[in-house]
Amino acid sequence: MFCYLGRIAVLSKRLIACLDVRDGKLAKSVRFVDTRDIGDPVQKAREYYEDGLDELVFYDITASSDRRRIMLDVVEAVAAQVFIPLSVGGGVRSIADATDLRLAGAEKINVNSAAVERPALIAECAEAIGNQNIVLSMDIRAVAASAACPSGYEVVIHGGRKPMGIDALAWALEGERLGAGELVINSIDADGTRAGYALELTRMLSEAVRIPVIASGGAGKPEHLFDALTKGKADAVLVASMVHYGDYRVSQLKTYLHDRGVKMRMSW
Amino acid sequence: MTVIIDYDAGNLRSVQRACAEVGLAASITNDAHTVAHADRIIFPGVGAAGSAMKSLKAAGLDVALKHAIGAGTPVLGICLGLQISLDHSEEGDTVTLGLIEGRVVRFRLDDPTLKIPHMGWNEVRVLKPHPLLRKVVPGDEFYFVHGYYPNPRQRSDVYAETDYERAFASALGRDNYFATQFHPEKSGRVGLELLGCFATWDGSPC
Repeated sequence: MFCYLGRIAVLSKRLIACLDVRDGKLAKSVRFVDTRDIGDPVQKAREYYEDGLDELVFYDITASSDRRRIMLDVVEAVAAQVFIPLSVGGGVRSIADATDLRLAGAEKINVNSAAVERPALIAECAEAIGNQNIVLSMDIRAVAASAACPSGYEVVIHGGRKPMGIDALAWALEGERLGAGELVINSIDADGTRAGYALELTRMLSEAVRIPVIASGGAGKPEHLFDALTKGKADAVLVASMVHYGDYRVSQLKTYLHDRGVKMRMSW
Repeated sequence: MTVIIDYDAGNLRSVQRACAEVGLAASITNDAHTVAHADRIIFPGVGAAGSAMKSLKAAGLDVALKHAIGAGTPVLGICLGLQISLDHSEEGDTVTLGLIEGRVVRFRLDDPTLKIPHMGWNEVRVLKPHPLLRKVVPGDEFYFVHGYYPNPRQRSDVYAETDYERAFASALGRDNYFATQFHPEKSGRVGLELLGCFATWDGSPC
């Protein structure tokens, strides 16, 4: 078969499902507002795992703005049923938060708002739990290029509510330097639209850093995943609505990508 | 009793949970006497070789583990557990347990787009049969996270290989000792099947 990504001995690209959890229930936002509850996160997690998912991300979407601690019990319940890497974020502000989540069963810890407010958090967590386990999650929106934001993309925090006037490219590079092992590139403009990932943004950041990049926000069709992994040069794609509402199955998406020549893990 | 050796080398509960999923009840212990007399031992670990060796020695676990291996107890090493079973690790220039001759070295890759650590799903190619690999078929992928890789001196100790620019030993073993560079506890069904095979393994390599 023609291998679109060319090189042999590359890692498989990953399909990651993101479960936004609010008050212990699965929620899905459209452009970060209008959250609707759509089910039991533990049950969904198990269903995706059995259908070949490569990695799971749990995000407590209320934690950051409400300063609440994550639902450790949800993480624990999922970790007992799902035997693939589990990544958790939302309101992680300290090594203690990260350690608690790791003990509950999270492999990787996502930091977002708190790292923007206090960048040393990335270095502290990397030291405590290893670079490869620290994921810097970035919420980004397009802005007019300016002296403060020369890339034309700005970092936004607190669930998309607070623009920071920080350049997204500069922050990605700083996050890598501080010890982040992966980047999640979440486009607020694309989030929930199902119109496709922000390809230009994803490609710009993928080409700028040496750590793996996960494209997030906007997936609606299988082609969008293919585009993010090829044109966008992402190492992984994150999906939510596409699978949560039953429009697509995890295995169906992986098979589609595999059939188009993307290296995917196909036995599960 | 099956024990998971606890030597401050990362989160062991994911290993314990995966064992439970395949019906293997395993307790986590840092007690040398318990390890020495266990029926079955899992020797996991993430983190740095130097501090791992220090913790092992401080608790007398190095001696206990060697005693158990000498007595024929089935042992499964995972990730760092595999790496410190060789003679030496480049990580922190650390002298390690010497259960299997060889060294652990850092990935030095020519391709600048390949990342270190080697993190993600990759194929494990079985080179020769082993009871713990009996359910692995061509194309099966396991989950890896590591910046160093094992380079055992004797080819006969290598049971499986994985490519990351070049091939490296991703599973090795001798007699009643077997170890994987990948994480079976994070590798979905194929990983659980390996653990399931370990649950009933009598310690014979064939």
